[in-house]
Amino acid sequence: MVLTVQNVTKSFPGAEGDVPVLRGVSLSLDRGETLALTGESGSGKSTLLHLIGGLDRVDSGSITVGGREITTMNDADRAALRRSDVGVIFQQFNLIPSLTVEANIAFQARLAGAFDADHAVRLSKALGLSEHLTKYPEALSGGQQQRVAIARTLTARPKLVLADEPTGNLDEATASEVLGQMLRLVRETGAALLMVTHSSSVARRMERHVHLSQGHVV
Amino acid sequence: MIWTALTALLSHWRSNRLQFFAMVAGLALATALWSGVQAINAEARASYDAAAATLGEGQFDQLLPRSGDRIDQSTYIALRRAGWQVSPVLEGRLSTEDGRVRLVGLDPLTAPGTIAPVGMQEAANLDDFLTRGVLFAAPDVAEALAAAVPQRVITDTSVAPGVALTDIGVAQTLLDAEAKFSRLIIAPAQPMGLSDLAEVAPNLVRQPAQDAGAGRLTDSFHLNLTAFGLLSFAVGIFIVHGTISLAFEQRRSMVRTIRALGVPLKVLIGLMISELILFALVAGGIGVALGYVIAAVLLPNVAATLQGLYGASVAGTLQLRPEWWLSGLAIAVLGTGFAASGALWKIAQMPLLASARPRAWAVASGETARRLGVVAALLFATGIALAIWGQGLTLAFALLACLLIGAALILPLLLRSAVTLADRKVRSAMWQWFWADTRQQVPGMSLALMALLLATAANVGVSTMVSSFRVTFVDFLDQRLAPELFVRIENPDQSADIEVILLSEAREVLPLLSVETDISAVPTELFGVRVGPTYRENWLFLDDDGGVWDRVEAGRAVVVSEQLARRAGLWIGDPVTIAPALILPIAAIVADYGNPLGQAIISEPLFRDLYPDTVPTSFGIRTDDPSALRLALTEKHGLPESGITDQSRIKAFSLGVFERTFTVTGALNVLTLAVAAFAILMSLLTLASIRVPQLAPAWALGLTRRRLGQLELLRAVVLAMVTTVLAIPLGLMLAWVLLSYVNVEAFGWKLPLYLFPGHYALLTLFALLAAALAALWPALRLARTPPSALLKVFANDR
Repeated sequence: MVLTVQNVTKSFPGAEGDVPVLRGVSLSLDRGETLALTGESGSGKSTLLHLIGGLDRVDSGSITVGGREITTMNDADRAALRRSDVGVIFQQFNLIPSLTVEANIAFQARLAGAFDADHAVRLSKALGLSEHLTKYPEALSGGQQQRVAIARTLTARPKLVLADEPTGNLDEATASEVLGQMLRLVRETGAALLMVTHSSSVARRMERHVHLSQGHVV
Repeated sequence: MIWTALTALLSHWRSNRLQFFAMVAGLALATALWSGVQAINAEARASYDAAAATLGEGQFDQLLPRSGDRIDQSTYIALRRAGWQVSPVLEGRLSTEDGRVRLVGLDPLTAPGTIAPVGMQEAANLDDFLTRGVLFAAPDVAEALAAAVPQRVITDTSVAPGVALTDIGVAQTLLDAEAKFSRLIIAPAQPMGLSDLAEVAPNLVRQPAQDAGAGRLTDSFHLNLTAFGLLSFAVGIFIVHGTISLAFEQRRSMVRTIRALGVPLKVLIGLMISELILFALVAGGIGVALGYVIAAVLLPNVAATLQGLYGASVAGTLQLRPEWWLSGLAIAVLGTGFAASGALWKIAQMPLLASARPRAWAVASGETARRLGVVAALLFATGIALAIWGQGLTLAFALLACLLIGAALILPLLLRSAVTLADRKVRSAMWQWFWADTRQQVPGMSLALMALLLATAANVGVSTMVSSFRVTFVDFLDQRLAPELFVRIENPDQSADIEVILLSEAREVLPLLSVETDISAVPTELFGVRVGPTYRENWLFLDDDGGVWDRVEAGRAVVVSEQLARRAGLWIGDPVTIAPALILPIAAIVADYGNPLGQAIISEPLFRDLYPDTVPTSFGIRTDDPSALRLALTEKHGLPESGITDQSRIKAFSLGVFERTFTVTGALNVLTLAVAAFAILMSLLTLASIRVPQLAPAWALGLTRRRLGQLELLRAVVLAMVTTVLAIPLGLMLAWVLLSYVNVEAFGWKLPLYLFPGHYALLTLFALLAAALAALWPALRLARTPPSALLKVFANDR
């Protein structure tokens, strides 16, 4: 298994004490699998994604990525895990505005010390970015920026790709196109994909579907 | 990983070049002013050290003649026979083509071990020094001397500036002073049971070591310069703080992304610190180079000031000394650390999943402004306590710091209050928006406006002090230089004859009789004056208890200078020991500016009784027709033209020295104000980048871009005007502290405060002009913002 989540709980402080967001969530994901995580607003989808990506800490439970328990890792180890094993694609793209498209695409792979220029060129071509490599993100449309974010993640060859509403900011046609490209490329690299989405049409294009409601898998 | 992350961090500056320029330029300017001042101080201290090392100044107690300026060889021999371990020194001036050189003759066989130029100690050719009559001098002096004296001149960089050293015998020959000395250095180790000095050499007076050193005398002057340098540095650091804070706010989203992609926070913070250190070193290096230029330009004036005020010689050329350029780099790094610490702390505390939207980067939103106001009130209270109970120069500067920092901290609150007040007075929607938007801009511009406040207040304060001093000094010159002509004679033996001639030609003759002595342990010049109409009509007292000149004339009272009174803790009515058997009460205190020694004035007859061997070599002459008298003295009585000086020349010379004295503070004043204007420019330019989202709604609701640009300009001018108006009372308080506390501690005199409304009005105009010029470019940029950029604000993907 690339990912195993067992009985994870997480609460956040609120005005009237801690508010439980995840109440014992368990799921798993194998190599090459794609999984859609859906649920209403506040159901804990993004929180679970952040916990799996080592961006936040669980209150209890266990998460293993590539066989390594991440809930007991310190900050530096979790950062190393994100560099090499996990790729995160955000709804807001989160590109570095002062780096060119080319530098953005190479960024995570360079951080991980695993940059493969040929692989980057292939991904850029596949995502239709070859003509934009010397531009800065502000010169691109939203769809193009999200393609850059996808290329940045896949260039680092992560075992697990986490995507948080990656097409949420795009119009329907562009979203469909970007999603298609992402799924194809993820499958080519053999990575597992866990995608948070509101959209049932997006969820239908994934192999598996998990619905969260009030912090539980239903 | 490290290099990739660093490249990403540095890329921010590549795409925000103006911000980078503002940071580097701010830091470089701040460092330049600081290191310029430090360079001047280091050069001066090196000169004092050279003087101390080669001439024994400040290191050893000395014996000086009680009257006149020479000691007979017989007195020296008597002291040696009585067991006193003393070494003779002869000093005098040698004329060269380039000017006059101070020639110092030493006796290497009896001089204490640490006195002598280094080269002489190392080359150790004592035989040369004693028998062949070589001279040692710094390179510039050596060159000038070579043509003026027959002796061989050896270049030695360790010799004090403007000085040549030689064997005392050679000096006696060159200065035409056979068997005469200027002073005797007392060796630290003396035999037991020495005879009392009053018995062996009653005509000599002992001067303690610490009173003789130029370093101690000039400490206060250098402290003043350092304070000015620090103020300029603080103004520059405001720019750096503003720029770094904004840059870090803008990089919050980048930091979050880089962390999310796997760079640990500690590594990221370490990289940011390294990045800042690198910038600080580069900007500090530029600053040190600029500081060198500033110091090189100002040093000749500072040297003139130190010579004029304290009689201390300082080299007029600058050397690259490690102590100041290293301190320049160090303060650049420390200043950057100080400016960036808040921003770094915020980044370090920012949760990985925190919102990346830039928050207001300014120091003072409403609540912060109120908190700063409370801190300011505490500082003012501390300042008041220091003003009432504090003493000493350091506390005077602490009082200044409380006043200035407190005023800077309370500024955002005052500006917000002023804007709120204006807001309440307007009715139209546009002006309501304008004032509301201005209030929103106050935090962003606070630091630049604080810099303007400090710079303007410093300008008002220092110029008020200097101008008050100038008015007082001109009055003082009018009092002291009442005689229309001054006659100086070379040969004291001619004194009596010349006086007879002068009495026959002039309305009033005022012989200038003086000796150096100690009164209440303060080195003092004691004058014997011929009390007459000139003294009675012209001299004004700072304080007196009536009938002053009658009592002085009758030998029943003494007049003392303010410096002597303050240093010795004396005032009107206090008894003063003038000589072992003469104690007189103080009848009046007079001002005396530009003299490191204290002064005491008694009547001429009393003086002649005390010092019968002292004869006047200078005379002040009162006459209704100075030209005719000058002609009569030169044509009829054969006095040399060069020995007669008229009053206007001396006044012009004295005023010239005065103006040079304050050239350095004037220059620093202008530079500080320029840095503040630069701070406003940089603030507005960097704010302009985040202004578009704030202005877009107003544009969408019907304000043209041109109108928005005009309002931006008006906003900057209004905020600058409120700041400048607040700076004037602050500057006057600064002047009051300088005149009432700092000057008293530093120079020993207290000056009256005069107001110069014309100057303040002009300064306000300059400050507004500077603010308007600084705001013009950012306003034009905003006015030319393309509609597409304004429309982006409303786009969904923001």
